Amino acid sequence: MEYEVVIGMEIHVEIDTKSKVFCGCKNEFHAPANSHVCPVCLGMPGALPVMNREMVNKSVAVGLALNCEISRWSKMDRKNYFYPDQSKNYQISQFDLPLCHDGSCEFEVNGEINKIGITRAHLEEDTARNDHTQGIGESGIDFNRCGVSLLEIVTEPDLRSAEQTYAFLNHLKQTLLYLGVSDCNMEEGSLRAEPNISVRPVGQKEFGIKSEVKNVASFSGVQKAIEYEFKRQVKALKKGETLIQETRGWDADQGITVPQRTKESAHDYRYFPEPDLIPIAVDEAWEQEIRESLPELPLARKHRTTEQYSLSDYDAGVLTASREMADYFEACVAAGAPAKLATNWITGDLQALISDAKADITNIKITPEQLAAMIGLIEDGTISGKIAKDILPDMFESGKEPKVIVEENGLVQISDLSELEGIIREILTQHPGPVEDFRSGKMQAKGFLVGQSMKATKGKANPKVVNQILDQLLNEE
Amino acid sequence: MSQEIIQKTAHELHDDLRSGATTATALAEAQLAHIDGHDDKVKAYLETWNDEALAQAAAIDDALSKGNDPGLLAGIPIGLKDNLVTTTGTTGCSSQILKGFESPYTATAVQKLYDAGGVMMGKLNMDEFAMGSSTENSSMQKTANPWNLNCVPGGSSGGSAASVAANEAVISIGSDTGGSIRQPAAFCGCVGLKPTYGRVSRYGLIAFASSLDQIGPLTKDVEDSAWALNVLSGKDPHDATSADLPVPDYREALGKDINDITIGLPKEYFTDSLGDDMRQKIETAVDVLKAQGAKVVEVELPHTNHGIAVYYILATAEASANLARFDGVRYGFRHPDAKDVKEMYTMTKSEGFGPEVQRRIMLGTYVLSSGYYDAYYKKAQKVRALIRRDFDQAFEKCDIIATPTTPASAFEFGAKSQDPLEMYLNDIYTTTANLAGVPAISLPCGLTEQQLPAGLQLIGKPFAEADLFRVSHAYEQNRGFDMGHAPIA
Amino acid sequence: MSKITTEDVEYVAGLAQLILDDDSKERLVHEMGDILNYMDALNELDTEDIEPMMHVLDLANVYREDEVKKSLSKEDVFKNAPKSEGDYFLVPRILDNTES
Repeated sequence: MEYEVVIGMEIHVEIDTKSKVFCGCKNEFHAPANSHVCPVCLGMPGALPVMNREMVNKSVAVGLALNCEISRWSKMDRKNYFYPDQSKNYQISQFDLPLCHDGSCEFEVNGEINKIGITRAHLEEDTARNDHTQGIGESGIDFNRCGVSLLEIVTEPDLRSAEQTYAFLNHLKQTLLYLGVSDCNMEEGSLRAEPNISVRPVGQKEFGIKSEVKNVASFSGVQKAIEYEFKRQVKALKKGETLIQETRGWDADQGITVPQRTKESAHDYRYFPEPDLIPIAVDEAWEQEIRESLPELPLARKHRTTEQYSLSDYDAGVLTASREMADYFEACVAAGAPAKLATNWITGDLQALISDAKADITNIKITPEQLAAMIGLIEDGTISGKIAKDILPDMFESGKEPKVIVEENGLVQISDLSELEGIIREILTQHPGPVEDFRSGKMQAKGFLVGQSMKATKGKANPKVVNQILDQLLNEE
Repeated sequence: MSQEIIQKTAHELHDDLRSGATTATALAEAQLAHIDGHDDKVKAYLETWNDEALAQAAAIDDALSKGNDPGLLAGIPIGLKDNLVTTTGTTGCSSQILKGFESPYTATAVQKLYDAGGVMMGKLNMDEFAMGSSTENSSMQKTANPWNLNCVPGGSSGGSAASVAANEAVISIGSDTGGSIRQPAAFCGCVGLKPTYGRVSRYGLIAFASSLDQIGPLTKDVEDSAWALNVLSGKDPHDATSADLPVPDYREALGKDINDITIGLPKEYFTDSLGDDMRQKIETAVDVLKAQGAKVVEVELPHTNHGIAVYYILATAEASANLARFDGVRYGFRHPDAKDVKEMYTMTKSEGFGPEVQRRIMLGTYVLSSGYYDAYYKKAQKVRALIRRDFDQAFEKCDIIATPTTPASAFEFGAKSQDPLEMYLNDIYTTTANLAGVPAISLPCGLTEQQLPAGLQLIGKPFAEADLFRVSHAYEQNRGFDMGHAPIA
Repeated sequence: MSKITTEDVEYVAGLAQLILDDDSKERLVHEMGDILNYMDALNELDTEDIEPMMHVLDLANVYREDEVKKSLSKEDVFKNAPKSEGDYFLVPRILDNTES
């Protein structure tokens, strides 16, 4: 029997608010333990939560980006469970009236548009960190993360492969980064993805028994966990075993999932409306205000970039991988650079420099206008492409205008016919072999002679003019 | 002389302090001496803050001598219920689980009292986590009723009521979730106000039931109650449920006639379960209001009988979550023998919480648990809406609703605590005001045959405390007798 | 016959993290049973069309602005802690990753 895998995702996103969701403590990852805590997030007696307005704004933005309906009337609830990652032993979350619901998200898999249903996106608070490296027999607790703004996005079980899931997660991350609502730093736990995985015989409509996999630290981990679970579940079914709905933990070292011990009562969360908080009512005007502030989203921008600049799907995809790169590209084109040339430079040499420097396109010294100016110098014949490649690192380091660098270093291209002719004649004299080869019909020998000419002029020769002169000299003698 | 001083009201002392008839220091010393001399019998205070109180009083005297105005309640000795967090002293909710807790912040309501110049005397006994109607559920001590030391002071703000009745504080602050200010005020013969839900910030009030809790004053007379509410009220950015409404000067409501007022008498409150003695006290009080020009009509509050069930479902459900945080991790008691996290929770809670608190956590957990939410919690929320509707409809016919505060006067220690349901039913007249979120006040309306105070409850429209004060003051000024002082005072 | 059983009481005690001895369990079966019976009187009321009331206040949209405020000093953070070391609160070792 053939089986297919069915996957739904639960994604937790830490929303980039300056302060925590219910108190004024700073939302900062790198800080000494328990240095960003107050009576509210420590769950001190008598302390009360007050909702951060920016959390609502940013969550609505995510909801709109995921084509969700925004609830006109939403509320917070208490989810009750005891665990030392909690300060109150309940988590303030949303149960039956999530802020965003019934959305969908389109994403690309190998150039094909796929679509996934978004069940809901709801507001909650993050939990504390437990540190098990304290002494023997004890765990330490750091409440800095407790109360950090957290949005939980739940999808429909619409995914059918590990690869498709991987593509969706990357698209979602890209969207969140475009929106500027989270740094999506997975190493710091700003984005956490947990798959719900089940299998069923191909053609069967009913879903199988799902397992929920936790502790997955990366998207490739999610992909591997799905692949593992698929095999495990299919194997069990083929052996005639009955699967149970369970929570499993991902063991990245061994590449397996293992059952996590849970008591039946652990899921009796006793949700009820949070009496300390007031309902959230996002009316049409508020929703519209947020909708108007939304940036162009990745797929739309990619599509527009392809059309407007006559670029290949691939180029547009690379350029719009991040909003910042796309902005850089468009600024460069706006400053006069031809789109294709700007693309090549940005995705090629510039990207390599950025990667080597472990920098970010938002904080490099070379401006889009400077890059456009450099491309302009190539276009008007002032410098050769080769020289441009040489000066780009200098521009990257110093932030100097390309023109200044060219002038300071005497790199202006030699296009003077008589000067170049003299140099080339000398080269032909020095290399009679290739000259002979060319004349006997080996056209590729010309390339060698061009190279020698460029070398002799330290790259300053205008390649076009060199070619012209070579053609003339080789043919006349 | 000192006996006389501590018998005075805040508004009288306000004038004495400004005329130079007394000083804040003399007042504080007299108050502390009186507590010292009487509290071994009343046992209202869990701790007193002698040094801090005297230092505060000295600062008030200094300001007064310089001609500055140190605030409406400057120099007035004030006692605080043990569920209001303060950076001074400890805050323990009269529970073993929180005993010795030193709060890193002060409740907004208490800070407002400090800002108005109030001199804080210390912390007052209460039923553990405000769960009870007799203060017998305190894990710390038994507070006695100053009118009869064999009787309970009521609860849960029993220490607050007893301290005012025994002249051990001029004003005390309590909290009212289902009657916890009004019932002890009635039992101890003082004025107890539960403001409209949202009138006073709850920030720093250790929560029992968040949607019902409200802080309010217990005072010697109505005027002091108005003064105290002036200070306590207002929007607090730390409490999302505090109302962003202007705070009128409630003192302006006092001394005005009540010719335009219609008093509603809800027939559901005057049934056979109300003793003749108490019924007669209330009828006499209503006659006083009638004589002052108020109209009296009968009104209906048809869901009154369901109030207790709704109250004990919602209050215990909220409490089961509110009390979850007492787990021995960040503050409070942790059982020393706990070997793992599970034991830390169970041993700490089982030893740290008293029996009534555990019973209510159990009830609240049950009504929220899987399969019972709709039958209990959601049903109770719906009936709560009906109870609020009852009040809205009644207030179309009247301005103020008059009822007894309690079915009977204070009872003896141990008389009722055996049967929890019977104990809960005592709250029949008070819980509905919390469920509806409306303001209510209990006023002394004479002594019963047992020589114990009886309480008249007046219930007002939301945020109409001014009307409540106006009618209360008219009653108090014209009731035709003096309550006198409790024998112990 | 009480409205609830010993098993119910044990289950709820587990949720509430309370340990009960046999006497307490038996007492609670009766006390809670009586109270829940009393509460069943609510079922007399037809509440089909009634919206559950969560708040008596007719309020929505109460927010704080996204501003960083001062956190507690280290001394205030730990002064009530039953056990702490360095920058951490300490609890007996947590053995697994599941909620207890």
